Amino acid sequence: MSKQPSQQHAKVTSGQGKSTDEDVEFLEDDDDNQMDFDMAALNLGEKKLKIATAKPKKVSSIASTPVSSQPSSPKVTPLAKIPPSKRVDVEAEYAKRTSDKAKLNMVVIGHVDAGKSTLMGHFLYALGQVSEKTIRKYEREAQKIGKSSFAYAWVLDETGEERIRGITMDIATNSFETTSKQFTLLDAPGHRDFIPNMISGAAQADVAILVIDATTGEFEAGFDANGQTKEHALLVRSLGVQQMIVAVNKLDAMEWSKPRFDEITAKLGTFLIQAGFRKSKLHFVPVSGLTGENLVKKTEGCPLYDWYKGQTLVERVDQFEPPVRLLDKPFRMAVSDFFKGGIGSSSGVSVAGRIDAGHVQVGEQVVAIPGGEIGVIKTMQVNDDTATWGAAGDSCLMTLTGLDIMQLSSGTVLCTPAHPVPVTSTFIAQLVVFDIKVPITSGFPIILHHQSLNEPASIVKLIATIDKATGEIIKKNPRHLSKGSTATVRIKLDNRPIPLETFKDNKDLGRVMLRKGGETVAAGVVTQILTFGS
Amino acid sequence: MKLIKKSIEKDKSGYVTLYPEELEDMWHVYNLIQTEDQLKATTIRRIQSESATGSSSSQRVRLTLTIVVETVDFDPQAGLLRINGRVSSESQYVKMNSYHTIDLELNRNFTLFKNEWDTIALERVEDACDITKQADVAAIVCQEGLANVCLVTQHMTIVRQRIETPIPRKRKGSVTNYEKGLGRFYDQVYQALLRHVNFDVVKGIIIASPGFVKDQLYHYIFDQAVKTDNKMLMENRPKFLLVHCSSGHKHSLQEVMQDDSVKAKLADTKAAREVAALDKFYVMLNNDPDRAFYGFKHVAKANERGAIGTLMVTDALFRSADIATRRKYIELVEGVRASGGQVLVFSTLHVSGEQLNQLTGVAAILTFPLPDIEEEDEEEVAEENDDTQANSDEMDVADDLGL
Repeated sequence: MSKQPSQQHAKVTSGQGKSTDEDVEFLEDDDDNQMDFDMAALNLGEKKLKIATAKPKKVSSIASTPVSSQPSSPKVTPLAKIPPSKRVDVEAEYAKRTSDKAKLNMVVIGHVDAGKSTLMGHFLYALGQVSEKTIRKYEREAQKIGKSSFAYAWVLDETGEERIRGITMDIATNSFETTSKQFTLLDAPGHRDFIPNMISGAAQADVAILVIDATTGEFEAGFDANGQTKEHALLVRSLGVQQMIVAVNKLDAMEWSKPRFDEITAKLGTFLIQAGFRKSKLHFVPVSGLTGENLVKKTEGCPLYDWYKGQTLVERVDQFEPPVRLLDKPFRMAVSDFFKGGIGSSSGVSVAGRIDAGHVQVGEQVVAIPGGEIGVIKTMQVNDDTATWGAAGDSCLMTLTGLDIMQLSSGTVLCTPAHPVPVTSTFIAQLVVFDIKVPITSGFPIILHHQSLNEPASIVKLIATIDKATGEIIKKNPRHLSKGSTATVRIKLDNRPIPLETFKDNKDLGRVMLRKGGETVAAGVVTQILTFGS
Repeated sequence: MKLIKKSIEKDKSGYVTLYPEELEDMWHVYNLIQTEDQLKATTIRRIQSESATGSSSSQRVRLTLTIVVETVDFDPQAGLLRINGRVSSESQYVKMNSYHTIDLELNRNFTLFKNEWDTIALERVEDACDITKQADVAAIVCQEGLANVCLVTQHMTIVRQRIETPIPRKRKGSVTNYEKGLGRFYDQVYQALLRHVNFDVVKGIIIASPGFVKDQLYHYIFDQAVKTDNKMLMENRPKFLLVHCSSGHKHSLQEVMQDDSVKAKLADTKAAREVAALDKFYVMLNNDPDRAFYGFKHVAKANERGAIGTLMVTDALFRSADIATRRKYIELVEGVRASGGQVLVFSTLHVSGEQLNQLTGVAAILTFPLPDIEEEDEEEVAEENDDTQANSDEMDVADDLGL
């Protein structure tokens, strides 16, 4: 450590210059200057991405991560063990599948007790994903412990603890199909204590459903400063979700009141647009998770349809647009779960997660970072169906052989051995500070959330605050960052290095969330990695 | 620690004889001893002797030596303090000026000579010998799959064991893996609790976590205690305290310290006071930035104008090997006291001290706003950065201590 500071210093300044340029660039093509000061910054990520996809050549040339800079012929080594005749041309297969049914990952978010699990449980039941028999069984059992209204939620809340307490504690994964798309459903916990789990789920999502409790007082409670409605919405937005449906739930308890629906739409709409969602990509749907109204079918004679002529939830969900996948990038998959034993009863280690970039197939070699141990994919499942290959955006479960479970941890990233992901403990990030009570100073201890990982870290240096309007540096070495500001900072991990990429190289692995004391204090993108290796 | 003898002259030179009794005392001694001091203690030295016939034999001898201190190493985990220096007293076995390392031992007197006993050093001796201020608390901060078993004393927070177990998440249709993993995790924490916590000494055992982990852990512990008929645990059941915190990382101890039920239990301990002061500083920085400053330059300027209400400094600054630096900070402390301000010396072994240390190590809440301080030294900012850099290096040293 002792020799590094001077080097770092030099790098810091150069990195700064670069990022400012970019800001100017981004603002030129930004059409929405009216946006609220701090919220606009959340948009920054996406805009940058646009530039990145538009000029792929430029991106690779300025990539600041030497290890993964050039995606040149990544197929050479990893496929060595598969005979050429058996290799799958994933890109061709992917194109075939996409023309059939595109795959999307959808996260369900909202304030605690908004009815997320019940809504989605009923939704899955209505789509025929859950059998009549199972639901009857849940109804009986739920009634037995006096929680009959929770029967549908039990489809997703499977642990004993969750059922007894009646709240979701961890992400539940499920899948369903609509007429034109396949969805992986991620049901997030709403309680503030489980936001780390919610982040882990939202990091894998392309689109979101925000569930709102419409009953008197409940919407207001969730929307207040202490409610999770706002925090969840900001989090998914900062994690790259652009399209969202707002399901206004429990409207049956309000006698399907149109004024109430309009009131919620107006209040929430303003906030969400400020938060960086586009109006055209935001849709409000009145529903009832308990009765199942307007989920899949419309019941004749329900007072809702006196005034509501729009689509049902499933029709709306079907219209989500599939995002552009990073298929041509080196393979990356952030591990969200792993356990001993393979799929079925085979041996090996199973890992689950979403493929962030690139593609893999059965028989291919992958390397687990950190650690660098190489394993071979024996079998894999995409959305619970056995598959021979998987591509960016797929939510996978795969069995690996030749890899010890000790090599895996919750922050592990599987990647192609030709281009492993860099591992770092110090990096520079551009932050957008949320609505915080105390200002951020250097030395500020935080919990860094990156994909499914949360690690203690510190903001070791405040490099500069940046003006959102002009992209210029307002002040170098500020004393503190107050709420709503945008700044570049240097972050150091306290315990151990983690796999991380710059936002330019991989938009999913380049995002970080910073939390402290149970609140999200800032969202950021990694602009530069300062140290490599452990 | 017991004060056996104190003899300090008018010119502030003199010696103190102390009797360390517990682990924390070593931390006090570590903060007291500086290079150039003289330390007299009993120690063991291997003596090689050559007989007339040329055969050599070696033998370990316990003897009392005085050394001029050159380096001091401290391991907070084991509470080991090793002091290296040149021997300054002639003895039968050891030549003058040869090097020797003293491993300071518990329950044995030692004498420390200093050319100058400044206020900070004297206060440290007083603090260390004040038995009314002792309060040991065990704290387990956890979340699913991660637990830190810590021991919190007046001046130290020691992570006794960090437990990290991967817990498979719940999967569609199967929660057995998850429940098995969770059970294994609780068992590990339970074992750690038995291994590391001395129930005779600690005043309380805090279990803190987000969600329901703390409740489940508590039930697990007492289920096990009943099953294994562990009387020790059953007797100490009232000492357990469940507190909410936001994560299982060590940082969360700060939240735990601020919890009202913990405050009541700890009865205004140093750790809780420090957390409160630092919190106040941040609130002030938010509400009225002209009344909260950090970094030596800014704080010193505020001190010149007698504006400091509360000064916060970390003890790392007084451990500085450079006498001038140490004096600089001591003058600051004395200046603030003279003008009626309150001074809090943070322990770098506490979470709050760690944070302050990264925040240049010195911060102050002013009694009246001084808006011009910041403007005055725009050009000095660069210099101050070097200060910050130096401090973060110092922090790395603290990291190396195994924190």
